[in-house]
Amino acid sequence: MDCNTGAFPNLFVTGLILGMLYALIALGYTMVYGVLKLINFAHDAIFMIGAASIFYLFGVWFGLNEPTGGVVLVSLIAVGFLVSGLASGGSAVLLERLAYRPLRRRGAARLSFLIAAVGASFFITYLFQQDFLLGTSEHNFPGFMATESALTIIGAQVNNRRVLAVLTAVALFLILDFFVNKTRSGRSIRAVAQDIDAARLMGVNVDRVVALTFFVGGFFGGIAGFLYGMVFSKVAWNLGFFPGIKAFTAAVLGGIGNVRGALLGGVTLGLVENLSTLCIGAEWKNPIAFSVLVLVLIFRPTGILGEGLSAR
Amino acid sequence: MSASTFVDRMRTRQKKASTLEDFLPGLSRRLPDGVRSVVNQMFGLWASLGFLRYLIAGALLASIALPLGPSKDEVLVRTGFFALAALGLNVVVGLAGLLDLGYVAFFMIGAYTVGLMTESSAPVHPLILDAWFVLPLAVAIAMITGIILGTPTLRLRGDYLAIVTLGFHEITRQTAKNLGVVNGSRGIFAIPAPDFTIPGTSITVDFGPLNPELYWFVLVVFIVLALFMISRLQDSRIGRSWEAIREDEVAAASMGIPVVKMKLYAFAIGASTSGLAGWALATKVGFINPNTFPLLSSILVLCAVVIGGIGSSLGALVGAAIVFGLPEMLRELGTNEILGFDVQTGRIAIFGLLLVLLMIFRPGGFISSTRRRAELGGGGADIAEESVTPVLVE
Repeated sequence: MDCNTGAFPNLFVTGLILGMLYALIALGYTMVYGVLKLINFAHDAIFMIGAASIFYLFGVWFGLNEPTGGVVLVSLIAVGFLVSGLASGGSAVLLERLAYRPLRRRGAARLSFLIAAVGASFFITYLFQQDFLLGTSEHNFPGFMATESALTIIGAQVNNRRVLAVLTAVALFLILDFFVNKTRSGRSIRAVAQDIDAARLMGVNVDRVVALTFFVGGFFGGIAGFLYGMVFSKVAWNLGFFPGIKAFTAAVLGGIGNVRGALLGGVTLGLVENLSTLCIGAEWKNPIAFSVLVLVLIFRPTGILGEGLSAR
Repeated sequence: MSASTFVDRMRTRQKKASTLEDFLPGLSRRLPDGVRSVVNQMFGLWASLGFLRYLIAGALLASIALPLGPSKDEVLVRTGFFALAALGLNVVVGLAGLLDLGYVAFFMIGAYTVGLMTESSAPVHPLILDAWFVLPLAVAIAMITGIILGTPTLRLRGDYLAIVTLGFHEITRQTAKNLGVVNGSRGIFAIPAPDFTIPGTSITVDFGPLNPELYWFVLVVFIVLALFMISRLQDSRIGRSWEAIREDEVAAASMGIPVVKMKLYAFAIGASTSGLAGWALATKVGFINPNTFPLLSSILVLCAVVIGGIGSSLGALVGAAIVFGLPEMLRELGTNEILGFDVQTGRIAIFGLLLVLLMIFRPGGFISSTRRRAELGGGGADIAEESVTPVLVE
């Protein structure tokens, strides 16, 4: 085994950035799991919708494929966050309303939830694969933000798109941590996560809290989709598959249901996956990520930080 | 669930001949009394046939090939592989209640075992054997892999299994893609087809690509054997344990059922059936590469099991016909679009939607037993009506 240590800085920085994106997606899995104990398999599709919405709005309708700068760029990015977040958050709420709520009403078995979630994921993903939506080919992400080298960290060149992704992810995490731990709505989410029946008896509107959880998770997933599309400069119907499964791994790694765990798990996974390519070929990246998941589940099934939105 | 209701539920599991009501309660209610009793008597008669039922079922399955003609036999055979796989997955998902999203990984392991151990284009051959001799090896290796994967993960909460198996499918596929031993993404070809010399004569039956309809008969034998074994297992102590675990793991464990061991049995039986189907595909098609087994195929087998009716072997076969046979048939007939969806790619969107709708409106699938429907529905209402005198824990 020969290790290419010269690539370390680049891989480290890439791993960190990718890890932050995984963490953002992982939030959707972790929050829904925390509240409903459901693996929302359809979250990968929700994430893809975020990227697709920007592709449609900026790329197809407004044709913003030329680099812009200054105030225009800043406002485009702000609009992009809002649109991708709302598109994904809205889809997530719709998904909950149409697919999961009827199951909850009936008190369906967990297997039913899981199968419905798998079905929803494949429905949305393959709907977008049809020609009237994204089609089978890969599209370029609207190029309204030129890619230019922004700064150098420990010898690795980092472009402006990646800087934006990391700064946004950090900011969103701070906002979410505040939201969950300090606000009234956050308290109701934690209450439902801790004991759904007790929360209902205390006057918490459980349906609203569940919808809110799906919205928040979807919103962050959508922004992650926007950033992911921008960093890798692509939009495709199957954009969500690998990031989705890895984000789930990240959520389990950090402790599913735990917001801070999602961040820790995402960054850990991003680093492990990228640094492994120092010594092992890049084609083994995905098998390694999945092996990490299996190992974590065997030795520490509750993850690094333990489970639970309510556990602090 | 209290211990007594749990015992009740298990009591209702006691063997009795099926009635029409078990399968299609709506239809059963609408039929006039006379017709219903005739139908139910026929069910009783069918049940009394014993092992003969499997021979009849086999003859019926085999005869499907006749009216279709050679061009459609290819479709039939391709459906047959997945029907066999669906039967196995039905044990895992339907009987034991474990959601396996990477089921085709074992299929792939079975197929690659054949590729490596027969006289094929693979660069390395640990052994070179006749196709028939590889059969038990393919089944055994798939089973062992299932046990190796299952031992650590089956101890975990159920929903993690789904994601671990999903990951396992990708690991297997990418490993095959990256390993030179199995020729990477180019795959293995020239896998010899099995042949069979009738004892005492010099007549050799070749199951190769020249006679697609003959291979169907091989598959029918496998399917009927699988049906028989699964049905026997279902009625055995092991089958009852599976159902107990599926309904309430904690209650099952407290009744002394070795939960992990039983789950492992289900997982191993599922994996070996899948391995068998993989053997069949490799020897029939003669060519395998990692792209023969996309993750999607695992999901489609699950769709077949769920759409046909979770927990019902007949349902798994019907589901496989719908999920795998129907689109191929439509394509053969020249239909490429349904409602604006491309038949090949759009079917997955349609099946996805169908999974969601089925879970909401008919959680037992199209063919479902009353008991199974009540379990998946969560509410114990149907069960309470059905159950005999309540029995307390002795």
